[in-house]
Amino acid sequence: MPSVMLRRTEGGKLSLYVAKKDLEEIVETVEFETPEKWGGALTLADGSVFYVDPMPEPKLPITVKAKKM
Amino acid sequence: MTTMTREETDALIQEVLEVYPEDAKADRAKHLASNDQSAEKSSKCITSNRKSLPGVMTIRGCAYAGSKGVVWGPIKDMIHISHGPVGCGQYSRAGRRNYYVGTTGVNTFGTMNFTSDFQEKDIVFGGDKKLSKLIEEVEALFPLNKGISVQSECPIGLIGDDIEAVSKKAAAEFGKPVVPVRCEGFRGVSQSLGHHIANDAIRDHMLADVEKVEPGKYDVSIIGDYNIGGDAWSSRILLEEMGLNVVAQWSGDGTVAEMKNCPKVKLNLLHCYRSMNYISRFMEEKYGIPWIEYNFFGPTKIAESLRKIASFFDDEIKANAEKVIAKYQPLMQAVIDKYKARLEGKKVMLYVGGLRPRHVIGAYEDLGMEVVGTGYEFAHNDDYDRTMKEMGNATLLYDDVTGYELEEFVKKIKPDLIGSGIKEKYIFQKMGIPFRQMHSWDYSGPYHGYDGFAIFARDMDMAINSPTWSGMTAPWLKGSDAPAAKAVNE
Ligand code: SF4
Repeated sequence: MPSVMLRRTEGGKLSLYVAKKDLEEIVETVEFETPEKWGGALTLADGSVFYVDPMPEPKLPITVKAKKM
Repeated sequence: MTTMTREETDALIQEVLEVYPEDAKADRAKHLASNDQSAEKSSKCITSNRKSLPGVMTIRGCAYAGSKGVVWGPIKDMIHISHGPVGCGQYSRAGRRNYYVGTTGVNTFGTMNFTSDFQEKDIVFGGDKKLSKLIEEVEALFPLNKGISVQSECPIGLIGDDIEAVSKKAAAEFGKPVVPVRCEGFRGVSQSLGHHIANDAIRDHMLADVEKVEPGKYDVSIIGDYNIGGDAWSSRILLEEMGLNVVAQWSGDGTVAEMKNCPKVKLNLLHCYRSMNYISRFMEEKYGIPWIEYNFFGPTKIAESLRKIASFFDDEIKANAEKVIAKYQPLMQAVIDKYKARLEGKKVMLYVGGLRPRHVIGAYEDLGMEVVGTGYEFAHNDDYDRTMKEMGNATLLYDDVTGYELEEFVKKIKPDLIGSGIKEKYIFQKMGIPFRQMHSWDYSGPYHGYDGFAIFARDMDMAINSPTWSGMTAPWLKGSDAPAAKAVNE
């Protein structure tokens, strides 16, 4: 379960960053996107999917545990 | 040679790879590519941040070099102990030209070498006692130091010394930060992991107890400018002219106080993304401080960056940014008028560390020059993502290039100038190709900012148009039937 950092890029898009894996990628879709429930499966621009436990909508940037699907 | 097509570039790569055995060829092929601007992600065409092949001549450094040499070393009012045998610190001492103000040996220590000078008995019986004694001595001899960092060299990790415990005790005793940094040279594949480890040490030991303070309206910090030849100074004045208040600048000419100031700025300005992005991301998360990358090489990029920085502030700053740009515009035009005619159309190949292979492209283009090949010693995918947009289509990209490959590429592409480091300099100069060191600015600089661009242009002209290059062939070999002239250039 790598730690990933979610942040907004300069262009306002959501990006996912895994320092150890050298991965910085735009998040295309987020499974749950309501204020109460946010997270789930995050699909990245390169097609890979990371799963983060749903949580109330976080203040970005935030470092969370994510599972590579 | 005119600009190469993609087929030609690919053919060149294939040709150069020919000498390797199968396995090595397959591995190196992944690190060489012709640029494709349309590619979304660099990872599809170039592999980076992998271990170098045994047997090839790589130009990389070690994690200790990344931490002690790059990130921590320039913090001038701290004492950085090269913990382990004497060589690692002594052979790299003061080599990086990160300028600072202060009285060396009294309140600043940048160019000095502090080492625990490990001997056989320290390896056998452990060096923790020696380290605590050394810290005591340092405190007695240099009482004005604001902190100490312990930069581990390879043996420390191998023998399992507990530098954390020693540091913790010393920190409590002297009431100053004593920072253990686990940057043993064998960690990671290049100096890049050293940057990361150093950033994490800053996070854990320097910023851990710093709380967020309400920032001043125009407070900014400069992060990841190492003040090579005074780079940070020529950057800082532009920001100040714009009306911004630079409260911290590190690590070039940086201090402990400035590091601790960082969490109370409005915006972190990040020059070297590769070595300092980690701490910027951390401050964004913990303190909510946004960070942006900027580029102060050459008037085009400077103007772009000043506007980008200003866009985070009110209209007054935005107007000031325009004023600064307008003020320097005629000066820059004069520089370009003077040198462009002499440099136009010249081709450059670069091979530098983790930032400059992409950042200086704009400055060369301002002078009408063209970068036909570029590569990084220790970049990651995110760096190549940022590079591919800057480089022309089908230009050559090489990651962690080997000595052999770089020489072969140069022989084929025949650039008019090469920008790389000291280890490459004399090889290429002896091949008859003008060369500038792009790590240390070849003992010149600064190259950042408007003032820096004037120096940059002069230096490039001096290298390329020096009369030396017309004297490369011995007089008796000149003429139509010169037998050895070919050998000289091969
Ligand atoms: S690899 Fe190890 S021994 Fe060599 S310079 Fe780096 S820290 Fe020192």
